[in-house]
Amino acid sequence: MIVAKPKPVEEVARLIDSCDNILIVACGGCATICLAGGEKEGEILATALCSWREKQGRTINATVTTITRQCELEFVTDIAHQVKQVEAIVSLGCGVGVQFLAEHYRDKLVYPALNTIFAGGSVQPGRWEERCGLCGECMLHLTAGICPVTRCAKNIQNGPCGGSQNGKCEINPQLPCAWHLIYEKLASLGRLDIMMAYRPPKDWSKGKSGGPRSVKREDATQR
Amino acid sequence: MKSGSVLEQVLSRGDFAVTAEMGPPKHASAKVIKQQAKLLKGWVDAVNITDNQTAIARLSSIAAGVHLYNAGVEPVIQMTCRDRNRIAMQSDLLGAYSLGMRNVLCLSGDHQKFGNHPQAKNVYDIDSVQLVNMVKTMRDEKKFQCGEEIKQQEPRYFIGAVANPFADPFEFRVLRLEKKINAGADFIQTQSIFDMERFERFMELVRYRGLDKRVHILAGVTPLKSARMAKIMQQRVAGMIVPDAIIQRMEQAKDQKAEGIAICIEQINRLKTVAGVAGVHIMAINWEEVVPEIVSKAKLK
Repeated sequence: MIVAKPKPVEEVARLIDSCDNILIVACGGCATICLAGGEKEGEILATALCSWREKQGRTINATVTTITRQCELEFVTDIAHQVKQVEAIVSLGCGVGVQFLAEHYRDKLVYPALNTIFAGGSVQPGRWEERCGLCGECMLHLTAGICPVTRCAKNIQNGPCGGSQNGKCEINPQLPCAWHLIYEKLASLGRLDIMMAYRPPKDWSKGKSGGPRSVKREDATQR
Repeated sequence: MKSGSVLEQVLSRGDFAVTAEMGPPKHASAKVIKQQAKLLKGWVDAVNITDNQTAIARLSSIAAGVHLYNAGVEPVIQMTCRDRNRIAMQSDLLGAYSLGMRNVLCLSGDHQKFGNHPQAKNVYDIDSVQLVNMVKTMRDEKKFQCGEEIKQQEPRYFIGAVANPFADPFEFRVLRLEKKINAGADFIQTQSIFDMERFERFMELVRYRGLDKRVHILAGVTPLKSARMAKIMQQRVAGMIVPDAIIQRMEQAKDQKAEGIAICIEQINRLKTVAGVAGVHIMAINWEEVVPEIVSKAKLK
Protein backbone atom coordinates (compact mmCIF):
# COMPACT_ATOMS: atom_id res chain seq x y z
CA MET A 1 0.00 0.00 0.00
CA ILE A 2 0.89 3.66 -0.13
CA VAL A 3 2.14 4.86 3.23
CA ALA A 4 1.69 8.49 4.22
CA LYS A 5 2.15 10.68 7.28
CA PRO A 6 -0.02 13.60 8.35
CA LYS A 7 1.53 17.03 7.94
CA PRO A 8 1.74 18.92 11.24
CA VAL A 9 -1.56 20.70 12.00
CA GLU A 10 0.21 24.07 12.05
CA GLU A 11 1.43 23.51 8.53
CA VAL A 12 -2.02 22.62 7.22
CA ALA A 13 -3.49 25.59 9.11
CA ARG A 14 -1.03 27.93 7.37
CA LEU A 15 -1.72 26.38 3.97
CA ILE A 16 -5.42 27.20 4.27
CA ASP A 17 -5.06 30.45 6.15
CA SER A 18 -7.05 32.38 3.55
CA CYS A 19 -9.99 29.93 3.54
CA ASP A 20 -12.84 30.04 6.03
CA ASN A 21 -14.97 27.26 4.63
CA ILE A 22 -13.29 23.98 3.75
CA LEU A 23 -14.13 20.39 2.98
CA ILE A 24 -11.76 17.86 4.52
CA VAL A 25 -11.82 14.74 2.39
CA ALA A 26 -10.61 11.60 4.13
CA CYS A 27 -9.75 8.48 2.16
CA GLY A 28 -10.98 4.99 2.92
CA GLY A 29 -8.04 3.32 1.14
CA CYS A 30 -4.36 3.11 2.07
CA ALA A 31 -4.50 6.40 4.04
CA THR A 32 -7.00 4.82 6.44
CA ILE A 33 -4.98 1.63 6.82
CA CYS A 34 -1.77 3.50 7.63
CA LEU A 35 -3.67 5.60 10.19
CA ALA A 36 -2.88 8.85 8.40
CA GLY A 37 -5.97 9.99 6.52
CA GLY A 38 -9.08 8.01 7.39
CA GLU A 39 -12.38 9.26 8.78
CA LYS A 40 -11.03 9.43 12.33
CA GLU A 41 -7.98 11.45 11.28
CA GLY A 42 -10.33 13.73 9.30
CA GLU A 43 -12.34 14.52 12.42
CA ILE A 44 -9.19 15.08 14.44
CA LEU A 45 -7.84 17.48 11.79
CA ALA A 46 -11.13 19.41 11.67
CA THR A 47 -11.12 19.86 15.45
CA ALA A 48 -7.48 20.87 15.48
CA LEU A 49 -7.96 23.43 12.69
CA CYS A 50 -10.97 24.94 14.51
CA SER A 51 -9.06 25.33 17.75
CA TRP A 52 -6.04 26.80 15.86
CA ARG A 53 -8.34 29.42 14.39
CA GLU A 54 -10.00 30.11 17.74
CA LYS A 55 -6.60 30.89 19.22
CA GLN A 56 -6.24 33.53 16.52
CA GLY A 57 -9.68 34.92 17.28
CA ARG A 58 -11.10 33.64 14.01
CA THR A 59 -13.38 30.82 13.01
CA ILE A 60 -13.38 28.23 10.26
CA ASN A 61 -16.10 26.00 8.94
CA ALA A 62 -14.52 22.58 8.38
CA THR A 63 -16.75 19.76 7.15
CA VAL A 64 -15.40 16.21 7.00
CA THR A 65 -16.37 13.63 4.43
CA THR A 66 -14.82 10.27 3.59
CA ILE A 67 -14.72 8.64 0.21
CA THR A 68 -13.94 4.99 -0.44
CA ARG A 69 -10.81 5.68 -2.47
CA GLN A 70 -9.61 9.04 -3.73
CA CYS A 71 -7.68 7.31 -6.51
CA GLU A 72 -10.86 6.27 -8.32
CA LEU A 73 -12.89 8.78 -10.26
CA GLU A 74 -16.24 7.15 -9.52
CA PHE A 75 -15.78 7.79 -5.81
CA VAL A 76 -14.32 11.27 -6.33
CA THR A 77 -17.43 12.40 -8.20
CA ASP A 78 -19.65 11.32 -5.28
CA ILE A 79 -18.90 14.45 -3.27
CA ALA A 80 -19.70 17.06 -5.94
CA HIS A 81 -22.59 18.54 -3.93
CA GLN A 82 -20.38 19.02 -0.85
CA VAL A 83 -17.52 20.50 -2.84
CA LYS A 84 -19.90 23.14 -4.26
CA GLN A 85 -20.51 24.50 -0.75
CA VAL A 86 -16.86 25.22 0.14
CA GLU A 87 -13.98 27.49 -0.83
CA ALA A 88 -11.31 24.79 -0.86
CA ILE A 89 -10.65 21.10 -0.38
CA VAL A 90 -8.17 19.58 2.07
CA SER A 91 -7.27 16.06 1.03
CA LEU A 92 -6.29 13.38 3.47
CA GLY A 93 -5.44 11.08 0.61
CA CYS A 94 -2.01 10.30 -0.77
CA GLY A 95 -0.55 12.38 -3.60
CA VAL A 96 -2.70 10.42 -6.03
CA GLY A 97 -5.85 11.35 -4.13
CA VAL A 98 -4.94 15.04 -4.05
CA GLN A 99 -4.41 15.02 -7.80
CA PHE A 100 -7.59 13.12 -8.60
CA LEU A 101 -9.57 15.64 -6.56
CA ALA A 102 -7.78 18.56 -8.20
CA GLU A 103 -8.26 17.16 -11.69
CA HIS A 104 -11.94 16.65 -11.17
CA TYR A 105 -12.80 19.80 -9.22
CA ARG A 106 -11.15 22.35 -11.49
CA ASP A 107 -12.56 25.44 -9.84
CA LYS A 108 -11.20 24.59 -6.38
CA LEU A 109 -7.73 24.51 -4.89
CA VAL A 110 -6.92 21.21 -3.19
CA TYR A 111 -4.51 21.29 -0.26
CA PRO A 112 -2.55 18.19 0.78
CA ALA A 113 -2.79 17.33 4.47
CA LEU A 114 -0.49 14.33 4.20
CA ASN A 115 3.05 13.73 3.05
CA THR A 116 3.10 10.63 0.89
CA ILE A 117 6.15 8.61 1.75
CA PHE A 118 6.44 5.20 0.08
CA ALA A 119 4.97 1.94 -1.14
CA GLY A 120 5.34 -0.49 1.69
CA GLY A 121 3.66 -2.47 4.37
CA SER A 122 3.09 -2.79 8.09
CA VAL A 123 5.84 -4.84 9.73
CA GLN A 124 4.37 -4.55 13.22
CA PRO A 125 1.47 -2.58 14.70
CA GLY A 126 2.20 1.10 14.17
CA ARG A 127 5.32 0.57 12.06
CA TRP A 128 5.49 0.65 8.27
CA GLU A 129 8.48 0.07 6.04
CA GLU A 130 9.24 0.77 2.41
CA ARG A 131 9.41 -2.29 0.21
CA CYS A 132 8.84 -1.38 -3.44
CA GLY A 133 10.58 1.27 -5.56
CA LEU A 134 8.06 0.96 -8.40
CA CYS A 135 10.96 0.52 -10.85
CA GLY A 136 8.80 -1.18 -13.45
CA GLU A 137 11.05 -4.21 -13.85
CA CYS A 138 10.94 -6.60 -10.92
CA MET A 139 14.17 -8.49 -10.30
CA LEU A 140 13.37 -9.84 -6.84
CA HIS A 141 14.07 -13.42 -7.92
CA LEU A 142 17.74 -12.39 -8.23
CA THR A 143 17.92 -10.88 -4.78
CA ALA A 144 16.23 -13.45 -2.60
CA GLY A 145 13.04 -11.42 -2.47
CA ILE A 146 14.78 -8.39 -0.91
CA CYS A 147 14.64 -5.22 -2.99
CA PRO A 148 17.93 -3.31 -3.35
CA VAL A 149 16.21 -0.54 -5.29
CA THR A 150 14.37 0.52 -2.16
CA ARG A 151 16.22 -1.07 0.72
CA CYS A 152 19.79 -0.20 -0.31
CA ALA A 153 20.53 3.52 0.23
CA LYS A 154 22.60 3.54 -2.98
CA ASN A 155 20.20 1.18 -4.77
CA ILE A 156 23.17 -0.73 -6.07
CA GLN A 157 22.76 -3.88 -8.13
CA ASN A 158 26.01 -5.64 -7.26
CA GLY A 159 26.23 -5.11 -3.52
CA PRO A 160 26.97 -4.81 -0.73
CA CYS A 161 29.02 -1.61 -0.90
CA GLY A 162 32.02 -1.01 1.33
CA GLY A 163 29.95 0.72 3.99
CA SER A 164 28.15 -2.38 5.22
CA GLN A 165 29.31 -3.41 8.67
CA ASN A 166 27.84 -5.88 11.16
CA GLY A 167 24.85 -6.26 8.90
CA LYS A 168 23.98 -2.56 9.07
CA CYS A 169 23.86 0.19 6.47
CA GLU A 170 26.44 2.99 6.61
CA ILE A 171 23.80 5.68 6.64
CA ASN A 172 22.02 4.49 9.78
CA PRO A 173 23.16 1.97 12.38
CA GLN A 174 19.53 0.91 12.92
CA LEU A 175 19.03 0.09 9.26
CA PRO A 176 19.76 -3.42 8.04
CA CYS A 177 22.01 -3.61 4.97
CA ALA A 178 19.76 -5.03 2.25
CA TRP A 179 22.68 -6.73 0.55
CA HIS A 180 23.73 -8.34 3.82
CA LEU A 181 20.20 -9.76 4.11
CA ILE A 182 20.36 -10.93 0.50
CA TYR A 183 23.73 -12.57 1.17
CA GLU A 184 22.50 -14.36 4.27
CA LYS A 185 19.40 -15.70 2.59
CA LEU A 186 21.19 -16.83 -0.58
CA ALA A 187 24.01 -18.38 1.48
CA SER A 188 21.47 -20.30 3.57
CA LEU A 189 19.84 -21.55 0.38
CA GLY A 190 23.21 -22.54 -1.07
CA ARG A 191 22.62 -20.13 -3.96
CA LEU A 192 25.48 -17.60 -3.69
CA ASP A 193 26.01 -18.26 -7.40
CA ILE A 194 23.10 -15.88 -8.02
CA MET A 195 24.93 -13.11 -6.17
CA MET A 196 28.21 -13.83 -7.93
CA ALA A 197 26.65 -13.27 -11.33
CA TYR A 198 27.32 -9.77 -12.69
CA ARG A 199 24.16 -7.74 -12.95
CA PRO A 200 24.35 -5.24 -15.80
CA PRO A 201 23.13 -1.62 -15.50
CA LYS A 202 19.45 -1.47 -14.80
CA ASP A 203 16.96 -0.11 -17.33
CA TRP A 204 15.60 2.81 -15.35
CA SER A 205 13.46 3.93 -18.27
CA LYS A 206 10.86 1.46 -17.06
CA GLY A 207 10.70 3.42 -13.83
CA LYS A 208 10.07 7.09 -13.23
CA SER A 209 13.16 8.10 -15.26
CA GLY A 210 11.14 7.21 -18.35
CA GLY A 211 8.62 9.95 -17.61
CA PRO A 212 5.04 9.59 -16.36
CA ARG A 213 3.85 6.04 -16.87
CA SER A 214 0.48 4.55 -17.61
CA VAL A 215 -0.92 1.06 -17.84
CA LYS A 216 -3.59 0.14 -20.33
CA ARG A 217 -5.57 -3.06 -20.39
CA GLU A 218 -7.56 -3.48 -23.57
CA ASP A 219 -9.94 -6.00 -22.01
CA ALA A 220 -10.78 -3.55 -19.24
CA THR A 221 -11.12 -0.44 -21.43
CA GLN A 222 -13.81 -2.09 -23.52
CA ARG A 223 -16.08 -2.62 -20.56
CA MET B 1 49.86 -2.37 -22.16
CA LYS B 2 46.24 -1.47 -21.84
CA SER B 3 46.66 2.21 -21.06
CA GLY B 4 50.40 2.78 -20.98
CA SER B 5 50.05 4.70 -17.73
CA VAL B 6 53.03 5.01 -15.41
CA LEU B 7 51.14 3.07 -12.74
CA GLU B 8 50.41 0.27 -15.18
CA GLN B 9 54.06 0.14 -16.20
CA VAL B 10 55.27 -0.03 -12.61
CA LEU B 11 52.82 -2.77 -11.68
CA SER B 12 53.41 -4.73 -14.88
CA ARG B 13 57.13 -4.76 -14.18
CA GLY B 14 56.35 -6.29 -10.80
CA ASP B 15 57.79 -3.32 -8.89
CA PHE B 16 56.26 -2.58 -5.52
CA ALA B 17 54.03 0.39 -6.33
CA VAL B 18 53.40 3.41 -4.13
CA THR B 19 50.43 5.67 -4.58
CA ALA B 20 49.19 8.52 -2.42
CA GLU B 21 45.86 10.23 -2.09
CA MET B 22 44.94 13.87 -2.24
CA GLY B 23 41.70 15.65 -1.48
CA PRO B 24 41.10 18.69 -3.73
CA PRO B 25 40.28 22.01 -2.06
CA LYS B 26 36.84 23.45 -1.34
CA HIS B 27 37.56 26.44 -3.55
CA ALA B 28 38.55 27.32 -7.08
CA SER B 29 42.28 27.86 -6.68
CA ALA B 30 44.76 25.20 -7.84
CA LYS B 31 47.57 26.62 -5.72
CA VAL B 32 47.43 23.93 -3.05
CA ILE B 33 47.25 21.17 -5.69
CA LYS B 34 50.36 22.48 -7.37
CA GLN B 35 52.14 22.71 -4.01
CA GLN B 36 51.26 19.12 -3.21
CA ALA B 37 52.35 18.00 -6.66
CA LYS B 38 55.77 19.53 -5.99
CA LEU B 39 55.88 17.82 -2.61
CA LEU B 40 54.92 14.37 -3.88
CA LYS B 41 56.77 14.35 -7.19
CA GLY B 42 59.34 11.57 -7.31
CA TRP B 43 58.12 9.99 -4.08
CA VAL B 44 55.11 8.13 -5.45
CA ASP B 45 54.18 6.41 -8.69
CA ALA B 46 50.76 8.03 -8.87
CA VAL B 47 48.41 10.21 -6.86
CA ASN B 48 44.69 9.56 -6.46
CA ILE B 49 42.44 12.57 -6.45
CA THR B 50 39.22 11.99 -4.58
CA ASP B 51 35.87 12.74 -6.18
CA ASN B 52 33.92 14.89 -3.72
CA GLN B 53 34.89 12.59 -0.87
CA THR B 54 32.44 12.20 2.01
CA ALA B 55 29.95 13.88 -0.33
CA ILE B 56 31.42 17.35 0.17
CA ALA B 57 31.55 19.58 -2.92
CA ARG B 58 35.17 20.20 -3.93
CA LEU B 59 37.26 21.08 -6.95
CA SER B 60 36.69 18.25 -9.39
CA SER B 61 38.87 15.17 -9.49
CA ILE B 62 39.50 15.51 -13.22
CA ALA B 63 40.46 19.19 -13.04
CA ALA B 64 42.79 18.46 -10.13
CA GLY B 65 44.17 15.55 -12.14
CA VAL B 66 45.08 17.89 -14.97
CA HIS B 67 46.93 20.19 -12.56
CA LEU B 68 48.92 17.21 -11.26
CA TYR B 69 49.60 15.99 -14.78
CA ASN B 70 50.89 19.38 -15.82
CA ALA B 71 53.15 19.37 -12.78
CA GLY B 72 54.63 16.02 -13.80
CA VAL B 73 52.74 13.82 -11.34
CA GLU B 74 50.77 10.83 -12.57
CA PRO B 75 47.14 11.20 -11.55
CA VAL B 76 44.55 8.55 -10.75
CA ILE B 77 41.19 10.22 -11.14
CA GLN B 78 38.44 8.88 -8.94
CA MET B 79 34.89 8.53 -10.14
CA THR B 80 31.96 7.81 -7.88
CA CYS B 81 28.48 6.66 -8.86
CA ARG B 82 26.75 9.07 -6.52
CA ASP B 83 26.69 12.26 -8.54
CA ARG B 84 26.59 11.31 -12.20
CA ASN B 85 24.57 9.07 -14.45
CA ARG B 86 26.06 6.88 -17.17
CA ILE B 87 25.84 9.72 -19.72
CA ALA B 88 27.80 12.18 -17.58
CA MET B 89 30.30 9.53 -16.55
CA GLN B 90 31.12 8.51 -20.10
CA SER B 91 31.34 12.13 -21.11
CA ASP B 92 33.81 12.79 -18.29
CA LEU B 93 35.77 9.65 -19.13
CA LEU B 94 36.19 10.89 -22.71
CA GLY B 95 37.04 14.40 -21.60
CA ALA B 96 39.50 13.30 -18.94
CA TYR B 97 41.28 11.00 -21.38
CA SER B 98 41.61 13.85 -23.87
CA LEU B 99 43.29 15.84 -21.10
CA GLY B 100 45.87 13.12 -20.45
CA MET B 101 44.27 11.11 -17.68
CA ARG B 102 45.12 7.40 -17.93
CA ASN B 103 44.09 5.87 -14.59
CA VAL B 104 40.60 5.84 -13.15
CA LEU B 105 39.43 4.45 -9.83
CA CYS B 106 35.77 3.43 -9.78
CA LEU B 107 33.80 3.67 -6.54
CA SER B 108 30.24 3.77 -5.24
CA GLY B 109 30.95 6.95 -3.26
CA ASP B 110 29.95 7.90 0.25
CA HIS B 111 26.26 8.51 0.70
CA GLN B 112 25.34 12.20 0.57
CA LYS B 113 24.03 11.91 4.12
CA PHE B 114 27.64 12.26 5.33
CA GLY B 115 28.38 15.42 3.40
CA ASN B 116 27.53 19.09 3.38
CA HIS B 117 24.53 18.71 1.07
CA PRO B 118 22.46 15.99 2.74
CA GLN B 119 19.35 17.26 0.91
CA ALA B 120 20.88 16.40 -2.46
CA LYS B 121 19.32 13.86 -4.81
CA ASN B 122 21.77 11.06 -5.41
CA VAL B 123 22.13 9.32 -8.75
CA TYR B 124 23.44 5.77 -8.45
CA ASP B 125 22.31 5.08 -11.98
CA ILE B 126 25.00 2.42 -12.16
CA ASP B 127 27.04 0.87 -9.37
CA SER B 128 30.80 0.58 -8.99
CA VAL B 129 30.98 -2.90 -10.54
CA GLN B 130 28.96 -1.71 -13.53
CA LEU B 131 31.19 1.37 -13.79
CA VAL B 132 34.29 -0.83 -13.95
CA ASN B 133 32.64 -2.81 -16.73
CA MET B 134 31.60 0.33 -18.59
CA VAL B 135 35.19 1.69 -18.60
CA LYS B 136 36.45 -1.69 -19.79
CA THR B 137 33.83 -1.90 -22.56
CA MET B 138 34.81 1.56 -23.77
CA ARG B 139 38.47 0.53 -23.84
CA ASP B 140 38.38 -3.06 -25.05
CA GLU B 141 35.30 -3.10 -27.22
CA LYS B 142 35.32 0.55 -28.30
CA LYS B 143 31.70 0.78 -27.31
CA PHE B 144 29.59 3.05 -25.18
CA GLN B 145 27.55 1.43 -22.43
CA CYS B 146 24.52 1.42 -24.73
CA GLY B 147 26.42 -0.66 -27.28
CA GLU B 148 27.04 2.15 -29.75
CA GLU B 149 30.49 2.16 -31.32
CA ILE B 150 33.12 4.74 -30.38
CA LYS B 151 34.16 5.64 -33.89
CA GLN B 152 37.42 7.40 -33.17
CA GLN B 153 39.82 7.42 -30.23
CA GLU B 154 38.48 5.26 -27.42
CA PRO B 155 39.50 6.10 -23.85
CA ARG B 156 42.13 3.58 -22.77
CA TYR B 157 42.21 3.64 -19.00
CA PHE B 158 44.05 1.55 -16.46
CA ILE B 159 41.02 0.57 -14.44
CA GLY B 160 41.01 0.63 -10.67
CA ALA B 161 38.44 -0.50 -8.16
CA VAL B 162 38.33 -0.61 -4.39
CA ALA B 163 37.97 -3.44 -1.92
CA ASN B 164 37.13 -3.18 1.73
CA PRO B 165 38.27 -6.22 3.72
CA PHE B 166 36.79 -4.62 6.86
CA ALA B 167 33.23 -4.42 5.65
CA ASP B 168 30.79 -7.27 6.05
CA PRO B 169 29.87 -9.97 5.22
CA PHE B 170 33.58 -10.78 5.41
CA GLU B 171 33.47 -13.92 3.26
CA PHE B 172 31.67 -12.09 0.47
CA ARG B 173 34.29 -9.32 0.31
CA VAL B 174 36.64 -11.62 -1.56
CA LEU B 175 33.83 -12.73 -3.87
CA ARG B 176 32.91 -9.12 -4.56
CA LEU B 177 36.54 -8.42 -5.37
CA GLU B 178 36.31 -11.30 -7.83
CA LYS B 179 33.19 -9.73 -9.35
CA LYS B 180 35.12 -6.49 -9.86
CA ILE B 181 38.00 -8.37 -11.48
CA ASN B 182 35.57 -10.23 -13.73
CA ALA B 183 34.01 -6.88 -14.61
CA GLY B 184 37.40 -5.55 -15.72
CA ALA B 185 39.41 -4.15 -12.80
CA ASP B 186 43.16 -4.00 -13.45
CA PHE B 187 44.19 -2.77 -10.02
CA ILE B 188 42.65 -2.61 -6.58
CA GLN B 189 43.18 -0.17 -3.74
CA THR B 190 41.94 -1.27 -0.35
CA GLN B 191 40.37 0.59 2.53
CA SER B 192 42.88 1.75 5.17
CA ILE B 193 44.25 -1.26 7.01
CA PHE B 194 44.64 -1.15 10.76
CA ASP B 195 43.45 -4.68 11.59
CA MET B 196 46.38 -6.50 10.01
CA GLU B 197 45.18 -9.98 11.04
CA ARG B 198 41.89 -9.50 9.27
CA PHE B 199 43.64 -8.19 6.18
CA GLU B 200 45.96 -11.20 6.17
CA ARG B 201 42.96 -13.54 6.40
CA PHE B 202 41.40 -11.63 3.50
CA MET B 203 44.57 -12.05 1.45
CA GLU B 204 44.65 -15.77 2.23
CA LEU B 205 41.19 -16.10 0.67
CA VAL B 206 42.30 -13.87 -2.22
CA ARG B 207 45.26 -16.14 -2.92
CA TYR B 208 43.15 -19.26 -2.49
CA ARG B 209 40.94 -18.05 -5.33
CA GLY B 210 43.98 -16.98 -7.36
CA LEU B 211 42.79 -13.38 -7.50
CA ASP B 212 46.22 -11.88 -6.75
CA LYS B 213 47.35 -13.34 -10.08
CA ARG B 214 44.55 -11.59 -11.93
CA VAL B 215 44.75 -8.09 -10.44
CA HIS B 216 47.32 -5.81 -8.79
CA ILE B 217 46.36 -5.23 -5.16
CA LEU B 218 47.56 -2.07 -3.43
CA ALA B 219 47.10 -2.19 0.32
CA GLY B 220 45.70 1.00 1.83
CA VAL B 221 47.37 2.66 4.81
CA THR B 222 46.58 5.86 6.70
CA PRO B 223 49.07 7.52 9.05
CA LEU B 224 47.25 8.56 12.21
CA LYS B 225 47.80 12.16 13.22
CA SER B 226 46.43 11.80 16.72
CA ALA B 227 44.69 9.42 19.11
CA ARG B 228 41.57 11.50 18.61
CA MET B 229 41.62 10.88 14.87
CA ALA B 230 42.08 7.15 15.50
CA LYS B 231 39.01 7.15 17.75
CA ILE B 232 36.92 9.05 15.22
CA MET B 233 37.91 6.55 12.56
CA GLN B 234 37.05 3.68 14.86
CA GLN B 235 33.67 5.03 15.86
CA ARG B 236 32.40 7.09 12.97
CA VAL B 237 33.92 6.05 9.68
CA ALA B 238 31.77 3.54 7.85
CA GLY B 239 33.47 0.30 6.91
CA MET B 240 36.59 0.82 8.97
CA ILE B 241 38.12 -1.22 11.81
CA VAL B 242 40.68 0.39 14.13
CA PRO B 243 41.78 -2.04 16.86
CA ASP B 244 41.87 -0.74 20.47
CA ALA B 245 45.57 -1.62 20.68
CA ILE B 246 46.38 1.02 18.06
CA ILE B 247 44.33 3.64 19.87
CA GLN B 248 46.07 2.83 23.15
CA ARG B 249 49.44 3.05 21.49
CA MET B 250 48.56 6.48 20.09
CA GLU B 251 47.20 7.66 23.45
CA GLN B 252 50.32 6.61 25.31
CA ALA B 253 52.70 8.17 22.83
CA LYS B 254 54.54 11.34 23.86
CA ASP B 255 54.59 12.55 20.26
CA GLN B 256 51.40 11.29 18.67
CA LYS B 257 52.29 12.42 15.15
CA ALA B 258 55.64 10.63 15.29
CA GLU B 259 53.92 7.54 16.65
CA GLY B 260 51.36 7.65 13.83
CA ILE B 261 54.18 7.76 11.29
CA ALA B 262 56.02 4.93 13.06
CA ILE B 263 52.89 2.73 13.08
CA CYS B 264 52.35 3.42 9.39
CA ILE B 265 55.92 2.45 8.52
CA GLU B 266 55.61 -0.76 10.54
CA GLN B 267 52.39 -1.55 8.68
CA ILE B 268 54.02 -0.97 5.29
CA ASN B 269 56.96 -3.18 6.22
CA ARG B 270 54.57 -5.93 7.22
CA LEU B 271 52.45 -5.47 4.10
CA LYS B 272 55.56 -5.89 1.94
CA THR B 273 55.80 -9.45 3.24
CA VAL B 274 52.17 -10.37 2.50
CA ALA B 275 52.01 -12.51 -0.63
CA GLY B 276 49.81 -11.00 -3.30
CA VAL B 277 50.27 -7.37 -2.22
CA ALA B 278 51.61 -5.42 -5.21
CA GLY B 279 52.05 -2.07 -3.53
CA VAL B 280 50.72 0.38 -0.98
CA HIS B 281 48.28 3.25 -1.25
CA ILE B 282 48.99 5.94 1.34
CA MET B 283 45.95 7.94 2.35
CA ALA B 284 47.37 10.70 4.54
CA ILE B 285 44.15 12.56 5.19
CA ASN B 286 44.86 16.32 5.40
CA TRP B 287 48.47 15.38 5.99
CA GLU B 288 49.85 14.81 2.52
CA GLU B 289 53.17 16.43 3.43
CA VAL B 290 54.07 13.42 5.56
CA VAL B 291 54.09 11.05 2.57
CA PRO B 292 57.74 11.60 1.50
CA GLU B 293 58.92 10.84 5.05
CA ILE B 294 56.90 7.62 5.18
CA VAL B 295 58.03 6.54 1.72
CA SER B 296 61.63 7.23 2.53
CA LYS B 297 61.65 5.60 5.99
CA ALA B 298 59.77 2.55 4.65
CA LYS B 299 62.47 2.35 1.94
CA LEU B 300 59.89 2.36 -0.82
CA LYS B 301 61.90 4.77 -2.98
